[in-house]
Amino acid sequence: MSQVRVLVGTRKGAFILTSDGKREQWDVSGPHFAGWELYHLKGSPADPNRLYASQCSGWFGQIIQRSNDGGKTWEAPGGETMPAPGSMPAGASNKFVYDTSPETGNPLTTHQWYDGTQHPWEFKRVWHLEPSLTDPDTVYAGVEDAALFRSTDGGKTWQELAGLRGHGSGPRWQPGAGGLCLHTILLDPSDPGRMFIAISAAGAFRTDDGGKAWRPINRGLRSEYIPDPTAEIGHCVHRIAMHPSRPGVLFMQKHWDVMRSNDAGESWQEVSGNLPTDFGFVIDVHAHEPNTIYVIPIKSDSEHYPPDGKLRVYRSRTGGNEWEALTKGLPQRDCYVNVLRDAMAVDSLDSCGVYFGTTGGQVYASADAGDTWAPIVRDLPGVLSVEVQTLP
Amino acid sequence: MIRVILPAHLRTLAHAGSEVEVEVEGKITQRSVLDALEARYPMLCGTIRDHVTQQRRPFLRFFACEQDLSNEPPDAPLPDAVASGAEPLFIIGAIAGG
Repeated sequence: MSQVRVLVGTRKGAFILTSDGKREQWDVSGPHFAGWELYHLKGSPADPNRLYASQCSGWFGQIIQRSNDGGKTWEAPGGETMPAPGSMPAGASNKFVYDTSPETGNPLTTHQWYDGTQHPWEFKRVWHLEPSLTDPDTVYAGVEDAALFRSTDGGKTWQELAGLRGHGSGPRWQPGAGGLCLHTILLDPSDPGRMFIAISAAGAFRTDDGGKAWRPINRGLRSEYIPDPTAEIGHCVHRIAMHPSRPGVLFMQKHWDVMRSNDAGESWQEVSGNLPTDFGFVIDVHAHEPNTIYVIPIKSDSEHYPPDGKLRVYRSRTGGNEWEALTKGLPQRDCYVNVLRDAMAVDSLDSCGVYFGTTGGQVYASADAGDTWAPIVRDLPGVLSVEVQTLP
Repeated sequence: MIRVILPAHLRTLAHAGSEVEVEVEGKITQRSVLDALEARYPMLCGTIRDHVTQQRRPFLRFFACEQDLSNEPPDAPLPDAVASGAEPLFIIGAIAGG
């Protein structure tokens, strides 16, 4: 019988929630890496027992962890003891160094700061890990300050795909309220060379050659909070989602506005429709219905909680514009949590499961595509990310 | 042997006890001790000092023999008691952040 494994990153550790295909009884494992911030965990599609985790701390910096047994045990790749005392460590997994070589990186050193001045690029943390669709040892990392790194040795060493920062618009990227973070990485299953990424607050970008050349794909986005609302660069994209069967169609939750592209990001149209507010962070797509999408409206950028104290998932079965509120099993009064950008995911069982985590520490699950909801856990530390694996 | 006391989170990361011992040849300084510590426990690279600049991370401090050595030059000799193994070098996480 199928199993579901939910990987939850929180402010104070990681938790792994498992259930059979009924998704009624759950086992909770954790905290793993207790006391550390776990921005993101994700499993390899090519080997579901290979997991990667971004572990970080304001004191001790960034660590990458890897599991080869579905999260039972973990190791920091490259953390093995050196054979000879005094020899330098060969490869610690936490080394993210920006490429400033003229040959590959363009010696880019500054981006725009909050006040409009230029500010040095400084590595802070890994926000998102995206394992390759085909190779368990290849994984991409989206980092703050925004850049894209790749490891091809299972997370042991990392190299920047410097064409992204170096393509020309980098000096105009500016941090959003959460920092200048690269938080979304989408791999096109139909084209190994194509990848989409998103940065707050710069916008969305696409490569068609495996990460060497990049260009902004923000035509149609409108952001009233920047000097030129339709500028090519400067949009605070919160999340992009894609259905693997239709990789040219993208759905975006922007700082404000829910957007859709039918041409792989060449142009965007607003599909906020009848949402009570079109601010929010998460967006995801039903596993079997490419036109069914989910968002969780948040009141505003200054009030990061649901409107009217009611936690509602909104579902559109028409790819946007027409939305229905899903409330059964979710708190409909006095609820003032947030749902952060990496904290929603779907499983691929016949009846699609939908999952999300809140800053209040709840992880909610629906085993019927959003019709009804129940909490798996209620009292975790604030949830930063949720990913789901559907296992045979 | 040089004795080093690690903060709790780094003990967990290194799969080590609160006190670790490292062998250091030559001058006993912050740099030589941290080099030896990172060679013995490579997963600690970058957690105590920055990978590139080798600067102490801002929320960590170094103490030994009841002295704050955090702002001493990295190549300054550590106290004799540390060099002889009589006293440990403490790496301490600042109490900050709520």
